[in-house]
Parts: sequence; structure tokens; C-alpha cells
Amino acid sequence: MRKVVALLSALVIASFLMVACGAPAPAAGDAKPVIQTVVVTVEVPAAAAPAAAPVIPAPAGFGETLKTVQARGKIVCGVNAVVPGFGFVDASGAYSGFDVDYCRALAAAVFGDATKVEFRPLNASERFTALQSGEIDVLSRNTTWSLVRDTELTGNFVHTTFYDGQGMMVRTDSGIGDLAGLDGGTICVQTGTTTELNLADVMAAEGVAYTPLAFDNADAVFAAYTEGRCDAVTTDKSGLVSRRTLLADPANHVILDVTMSKEPLGPMVRHGDDQWFDIAQWTVFTLFAGEEYGITSQNVDDQKASATSPEIKRFFGLEGDLGLKLGLSNDFAYNVIKQVGNYEEVYNRSLGPDTPTYIPRGLNQLYTNGGLLYAPPFR
Amino acid sequence: MTNTRSRPVEARPDPLTWLRQNLFNNWWNSLLTVFSLWLVYALGGGISVWAFTEANWRVIPVNLRLFLVGQYPLTEIWRIWFLVALLALLTGSALAIWAASYRRIAVGFALTPLLLALLPFSLANRLWLASLTLLGLLGWFMARNANLSMRRLVMWGGVLWVPVSVLIMSGLGDENPFLPSVGTNLWGGLLLTMLLTIVGIAISFPLGVLLALGRRSDLPIIRWASVAYIELIRGVPLITLLFMAQLMLPLFLPANVSIDRVLRAQVGIILFSAAYLAENVRGGLQAIPKGQFEASYALGLSGVQTTLLIILPQALRIAIPVLVGQFIGLLKDTSLVAIVGLFDLLGIAKTVLAQPEFLGLQREVYAFISVFYWLLSYGMSYISQRLESALGLGQR
Repeated sequence: MRKVVALLSALVIASFLMVACGAPAPAAGDAKPVIQTVVVTVEVPAAAAPAAAPVIPAPAGFGETLKTVQARGKIVCGVNAVVPGFGFVDASGAYSGFDVDYCRALAAAVFGDATKVEFRPLNASERFTALQSGEIDVLSRNTTWSLVRDTELTGNFVHTTFYDGQGMMVRTDSGIGDLAGLDGGTICVQTGTTTELNLADVMAAEGVAYTPLAFDNADAVFAAYTEGRCDAVTTDKSGLVSRRTLLADPANHVILDVTMSKEPLGPMVRHGDDQWFDIAQWTVFTLFAGEEYGITSQNVDDQKASATSPEIKRFFGLEGDLGLKLGLSNDFAYNVIKQVGNYEEVYNRSLGPDTPTYIPRGLNQLYTNGGLLYAPPFR
Repeated sequence: MTNTRSRPVEARPDPLTWLRQNLFNNWWNSLLTVFSLWLVYALGGGISVWAFTEANWRVIPVNLRLFLVGQYPLTEIWRIWFLVALLALLTGSALAIWAASYRRIAVGFALTPLLLALLPFSLANRLWLASLTLLGLLGWFMARNANLSMRRLVMWGGVLWVPVSVLIMSGLGDENPFLPSVGTNLWGGLLLTMLLTIVGIAISFPLGVLLALGRRSDLPIIRWASVAYIELIRGVPLITLLFMAQLMLPLFLPANVSIDRVLRAQVGIILFSAAYLAENVRGGLQAIPKGQFEASYALGLSGVQTTLLIILPQALRIAIPVLVGQFIGLLKDTSLVAIVGLFDLLGIAKTVLAQPEFLGLQREVYAFISVFYWLLSYGMSYISQRLESALGLGQR
């Protein structure tokens, strides 16, 4: 239809041109308008797309991920399968955890069905390759957002879903109260992570000499700490909190009041497909907004039925076409909240006070409560 | 193959005399005995106190399904049972045909399912296990007086069991009403470990024999190709091959082509194992005296006939101990796939350890899977010893 319109308008403009050219040249000063009309003809193909506003042509790769995903009928989501609270396989064989629930939310947004996701367990070294090579559509695996990873590793971090930071745990009876107290001590740390590099940076800045005792996996790190082979152990605070509950005498270990790094953890998508990036990002914002509006998986139907404010109506897709602009169905936000829940529900399910992996929400609260979760307006 | 020589009668002293003769026959041996007893007590005591009082074994029964079949859908688990039942029938028949004089192996096979039933299975699963023993016995009695065609049937059944199993487990397509597809991302636990091992052995063995023959071939191209392959693969660790298959391969493939991850790991294991097998088989080939070739040619046998009928049977017989060692190594090498993110027995153990209600139970979980690895390894080793004595290895 548009092509026909474009063709017609092109013909009309062309005929005008014919007329203009064919018209007897009135005077010498009229040469300019003729040149101007020639410029207009060049612009015709660009104006051919929508009649309303000129649109910049989409770059290569735009929309390809969504097309692939829809053809496949499921999202392939790279997760960590060995982190308590964030990703693991429960006794019934189903994936569970905070990062895993994000994948489900994305599936709910794309398909309206949170089960249409295949989880791909990945280790730290293969996660970026898996994303680059297209084996997975999105990486949701407690990955820290950093400049190098955002550029060189050809991925884009969608948005931070969990604000973490590196901490340091010592024994209470050691009397160590700050990093300076660790001078000359030994610190257990995991190799191949940003943790190890941060430790070196921070300690160099503080001028504290220490001996690192590095291990390849977190279990070995904490086993060494338990055996007393090092004076302190360092990893992200979320890790320290869940690990402390496992120690024989949790009360005898204290997490120092220092945050040695910013560890914004969040999902990541490939470079080159901004539509997919938008979908992944607005899925995160949907979770945030759900909590902000007080919409939960329990009351979502009531809220939708009784929605009056324009913002909530747009959120549910009752007004406007926000979902369509993302290339999704208009009720994508409803599906996400209905099937997965809002941010608070997702958080409490895996990391809440009723779980063994309880982590106080800290920065991971709505901006209205002093946290950093802030969703842009749904309009 | 019965042994006609009767064994010498052994003198059986009463236990007290035996102790004095063997453990306390001089001061030095007495000291060693006391020290060893103390060592056993010190190590074993601590372990048994932990195992019976401190350990939280609840993690095992709750996750038993994960350990055995991974995330294989519960509604489709009958396929696994069916395949195991088929295997029990075939094993019973095979034992009756080829190992009838080795009752102990047969009894061991018959008792295995019953012993497994001691694990905290549900009643239905225990009945399944018991029926495995019955099926094995059925196979035994059916094949006791087997004629040639029956033997052939059992042999081909055994050969075809592997591909049929893979086919049944993976299903016949998403729309198939009886056998819907089950993606390999859901295969895990013992099932995946056994699959990688059995398919690995089944394919790498003939490949290894071909490579060994190729390396001794008179045709330069075949010889050089075999040497190049063997030395190249033996020059890298298995984990490198697995990383290559899991990480590098996808980067070289076109965007829409993706090869199944389990298949990639399986191919890596086969390629690796074949190179080592080739050298083991070559060791057997080199032990065959030249006279065997000459005698065979003098009888008018062709080169192929000589190799298949005279040389290989003797060479493989000689190579049995190293081959079995290789297979046991292969079984344990499959645990490396846990590093590249597959849920074999070790991989599934790692994710079980991340379940919030079972945090910190490394010792229990790893002890449990170690027992499985040990049972499988020892089983293979025991059968190979029986096979060796059945073939008279080291006596002729």
C-alpha cells in the first residue's frame, strides 16, 4: 500500500517537475527555483517510507534477534548454574534464581509465555563467546558492567538489575577493623574475576602490603579461609553474606564496612541489534515500574481492570502502542508482571528475608526508598 | 575353555595361627601391624563418625533424580527405563552365551539392580529395578542353549543398542505423539556420563584400531596421515579439545548453524580417545611375532584376512589390560565436560550444591558421586580381569 502511495506521489512530483521544466522559462532570475525543484526529486525516495515523519533507515542487524527468537519459538538465555540465589537447578530439575527469573520475564515479554526459554549454563570464561557467536540471545549471569566488557567484548549491558560491591570478611577475634589492619596479612581471592584486580587496585591505593592466596573456584577460596590459611577473604558482598551462613560459627565473622568496588550486575546483549536491546532493557524497567506502581502478580488483573491513570493504562497496553513500538504485543508488561512478578517479588523469591540466601536490599531499592532503581516513564 | 588342571589344595590355618604367622611373626612386623591398625582407626574412625552422625545425607534422596538422569522430563523417563530393561535382557543373554562359566560375573550383574534399590528410590522405581534382575534372568534362560542365529541376534542387539538408545532418548521430532523430542540440554547426571562413555568407547575403539593399522601401513599417505593425527591429538590435553569445541567452533560456524553441545563434547572425547587407543592397539600389534604373518601368508590368506583373522585377535587380546585402563580413563575424563557447562555427574553435583537449602554440603555430594565413579570403574576393571583369565592372558 505504502509503495503505491510512494509511487503515486513520486509520479505526481515528477509530473509537477515536467510541468515546471516544460513551462516557458519566464525570466533569467527564475533559474534558481528550477534547481531547487531538482533537489526535491532527489529526496523523494527517502520520503517514500511513512507519510508522516521521515525515518532514518534501520542499521544492519536491527530486529534480527527478535526474528530469530520468534522463529525458534524460545529464547536461549545464558545463566550461571552454580550460584546460590542467582542461578541453580532445583530438585525438580527446573532452573531457579534471581538471574534466571529475568530470562523468564524476557520470555513473558516476547512470547507472553514465561516458559518459552531455554537455559544454557555457562562458566565465566565461555559466557562472552557464547553471546558473540549467537549461541545465546541474552546473557543473564551475574556479570559486572564495565567499560571494556561494554566495548571490546561486543556486548551491551542492558541495565543494572543488582547493585553489588566487593567486601572483605575477617574473623571477629582477629580484631581487624579496616583494610589497614590487614597489612602483612594473607587474603583469599578467586582468580580470573574482577575481584582479584580490584583487590590489587584498592590495596595499592591504600598502601597496604598483603599476600594474595588465589584459587580457581569460590568453594576452594572459602575452604581455605575456613581452614585459617588466610586472614581475610574477599568477594562481592552478596557472596560474602550467603557464604557466611555456611560457616560453622557465622557470629565469629564480620564483613568490614568497606566497599572496594562498584559491581553493577546485569544482563547483556550483543552489539548491533538495538531493537533487542530495547526489549531487554524495557523488560527490566517493567519489573522496576511494577514495584513502583504497586502492581504484583497477585493483584495485576484487578489493577488492569480498574486502571484509571493514563500512565498505568499505557503500561498495561490499554492505551497507546508502547508494546508495538518495541516489536512486541501491546500487553507485554502485563504478561511480565502476571507470570514473573515485579522486581520486589523476583528479589524476594531468591534473595529475600525468607530465603537462606538473604541479602538486604541496600541500593537495590526504588529511588523513592533511597535506592537506585528508577524506571523511565512509560510513554 | 574350562581349565583342566586342578589347583593345588591350600592349607587353611585357623585364624589365630594365621595372625601369628603373617602379622606378628617378628617384632618389626608386629610394630607395622599395630601402626597400620592405628592408621586405619585414625582415618576410618573420623570418616565414619562424620558419615553417620555429622553428614547431612538428605541432599542425596531429594536430588536423586538429578544425579541419575539430570533434567530429563519426568513424563519421558519411561524411555530410560525401557532402554535399561532392554540392556538387562541383552546382558543376561550375552552372559549365558559367552560367559556361562563365570557365574560370579552373572551373579554380580543380577545383584546390581537389587543393590541399587537400596538407594532411596520410590516404590515404583524399586519395582522397576527388581524387574531388571528378572529380565536379566529371563535373558539368561532364553539364551542358555542358544543356537547360532540366537547368538547373532544377541550380538547385533548389543551393537544396535547404542544408536537405538540415542534415537529413543532424543525422540523423533517435536510433533511426534509417542516420542517427542527431548533436547540434549536436558540430558544429565549419570545418564550423560554413561552416554558419553559408552558412545565414546563404541566409536573410538574401531577408529583407534584403524589408526593403529594405518600407522603400520605400507602406504605412505595413510601412514603419514595416521601419524599426524595421533601425534597432533596426543599433543594437546582433552580439556583443550573440549574448550575448542565449545568456544572456538561456534565462532567459525555461520550465524544460523549451531551444533548440539553434547555432540560437540562427544566428538571431542572420541577424537581424543581414538588417538590413545591407536597407540595401545599398536603396542599389541607389535607384540605379534613376524612368524605369524609369514605362516598366514604361507597358508594363502590375503593381507586383509591375515589382519582380521590372525593378527588383530591376538593383538587385541594382548592389549586388553591397557585398553581397559584406557576405557576407565575415558569414563573419568568425561567429568571434564562439567568445566564446559554440561551437566554430567560432576556438573549436576555442582549445581545441586548451589541449591539454597543444601549450601555447603560439598563433602556429602562429592562423596556420593565418587562412589558412583568408583563402582563403575571397579566394575569395568573386574570384568576385564575375568575376560583376561577367560582368554588365558598371561598363561599361554
